[in-house]
Amino acid sequence: MSNSFTRFTGTMAPLPIQNIDTDQIIPASYLKVTDRSGLASGLFSRWRYRDGDPEGQPIADFVLNRAEHGEARILLAGDNFGCGSSREHAPWALVGYGFRAVISTSFADIFRSNALKNGLLVVPVTEEISAALFDAVAADPATEVTIDLEAQTLSLPGGGETNFEVDPFARRCLLDGTDQFGYLLNQAAAIQTFEAANPSRLDTRSA
Amino acid sequence: MSRPQTLFEKIWRRHVVAPEGVAAEAEGLPATLYVDLHLVHEVTSPQAFTALAERGLPVRRPDLTLATMDHSTPTDPSIDTARLRVIDPEGSAQLDHLQANCERHGIPLYAMGDERRGIVHVIGPELGATQPGMTVVCGDSHTSTHGAVGALAFGIGTSEVGHVLATQCLLQHRPKTYEIRVDGRLQEGVVAKDIILAVIARLGIGGGTGHVFEYTGEAIRALDMEGRMTVCNMSIEGGARAGLIAPDEVTFSYLEGRAMAPAGDAWETALDDWRSLPTDEGASYDKTTTLDGSALEPMVTYGTNPGMAIPIAGAVPEDDAIEPEKRASFRKALDYMALEPGQQLQGKPIDVVFVGSCTNSRYSDLVAAANVLRGRKVADGLRVLIVPGSDAVKRQAERDGLAQVFVDAGAEWREAGCSMCLAMNGDQLAPGQYAVSTSNRNFEGRQGAGGRTFLASPLTAAASAITGRVTDVREVLS
Ligand code: SF4
Repeated sequence: MSNSFTRFTGTMAPLPIQNIDTDQIIPASYLKVTDRSGLASGLFSRWRYRDGDPEGQPIADFVLNRAEHGEARILLAGDNFGCGSSREHAPWALVGYGFRAVISTSFADIFRSNALKNGLLVVPVTEEISAALFDAVAADPATEVTIDLEAQTLSLPGGGETNFEVDPFARRCLLDGTDQFGYLLNQAAAIQTFEAANPSRLDTRSA
Repeated sequence: MSRPQTLFEKIWRRHVVAPEGVAAEAEGLPATLYVDLHLVHEVTSPQAFTALAERGLPVRRPDLTLATMDHSTPTDPSIDTARLRVIDPEGSAQLDHLQANCERHGIPLYAMGDERRGIVHVIGPELGATQPGMTVVCGDSHTSTHGAVGALAFGIGTSEVGHVLATQCLLQHRPKTYEIRVDGRLQEGVVAKDIILAVIARLGIGGGTGHVFEYTGEAIRALDMEGRMTVCNMSIEGGARAGLIAPDEVTFSYLEGRAMAPAGDAWETALDDWRSLPTDEGASYDKTTTLDGSALEPMVTYGTNPGMAIPIAGAVPEDDAIEPEKRASFRKALDYMALEPGQQLQGKPIDVVFVGSCTNSRYSDLVAAANVLRGRKVADGLRVLIVPGSDAVKRQAERDGLAQVFVDAGAEWREAGCSMCLAMNGDQLAPGQYAVSTSNRNFEGRQGAGGRTFLASPLTAAASAITGRVTDVREVLS
């Protein structure tokens, strides 16, 4: 799984629903895996297939089943995307399906943190821009936008661009293709010093 | 004297291994935060252990790590490990994975059959493992529960589970603080669950994003520890990763004598320390909201997120009470629930009652439900599941006769686990069924594909169990 992101141009799949929770992104029945694979078929499965079953019939008007959005690699979603459970299976499923970025007016904290660790960029925009993007995609599903992480800009369909906020550390990791784990592992000496100065009151092996 | 600090700031500062980047070259770097207790369960850990294996890393502090099996374990007493392998090979493989990983790394694990096993957020406080002033994390969003003892406790993703296993640390940006003040005394029939449902209804489910809640005020102080856990548990449903309540005598008497709590001289030292934790006079929060606890009613949700809640005697909002840009999502929720704007929930027939989950499966929750059900019968045709939060709660309830009250009333008395809260283990609603549930999430399909959830307190759940309809407990008790 690629952990980098620099610049991406593509079409958007519109999902104009607020508060999309991680149970909808990937239902609990898919959480019995012990690796990260095989989650793409479960992505939005309850909205995507009849009876939520990937073997079953696709629900024709759900965005991921519509031919005009088949190639979309950017998800355009309603406010507070990714609320609920902390399951990292949600970004794994989105990335597994092929999404590179999610645009919304806001993101739940844990989802945002999980997404950025998996090369899935979260792009927060204002309500006006969100509404304009939904309108543009409704008028022409082939509307493309460009997300430039280096410049922190999102190109707008009518011309022009907007800046977006991103956690600077996550941004640097994504641009360099490095991961946060390595950065943390390099702090071993500081951690040791901290532990020596702050002995624990707890031993979980004691009960 | 130093600047007045909030409870959150005090805990945060004690755990910073490396501060957030302020120097130009380090701008925007997160802080490295030390973790005092890492709780682990079967569902969100396998890929984290794999990440360690790929790098050849050991678990840094198995003595600060504790694992349990809860999410996908069966609660049907007739299903043993052997049978589980047949009926749920995937779930059972995940449990085997956890067992193997814990054995390899020397992490204490409460596996199936262990008397200390239970829902991760029930056993932490029950064992005295979660203590005031600690940082506690788990690959589970309801880790906020442990904030009830005055610990900074929050859910993390699986990548972060790997980080903590390997380094006992997390990279974190400092969240903002949000005081949720609940004044006054609760009315009869109104309990902790109603407080938190009212808070979320007020703030909205994204209202706490980027913040840590600290619950204050008379109504909060008057709660027992288990009620405080119910409140903190659902902080995440308000968008806050953590919720805190300052430790006080209620906290200390709850913790004293528990298996992992400090004892003897260490207890006295700990007490001195813990007494210094509460927010200082004059400290300020980034935001504050105040609710009048004495005006609260029993609450029930009508929609598909926990913020869509109303007083039980109220009605589903009309369209025009919803902001225009939210109307489409509101209608989608009502379609899913097969409800109409303006409809009363009270009297709505239901199919299932679920008393359980890390929100409301502790001993006092079962006492509350049993007090309503004692000497009464569950409505004809209704399925009622009572699922204790831990094996210890189960044993105590059996010893004290609560279990018998449930069985006599016609309810199912189950083994401990997450059960129908997330319906991973076969305990689930059938499509179209309505449940009154004491759990924390009424998301579409959360309790089973097509299932419809009304979240409420154990009192409301028990009252509804008797009538087979959504019921105001005050009518049953009067
Ligand atoms: S009871 Fe429900 S919310 Fe709590 S840990 Fe288990 S699945 Fe999560």
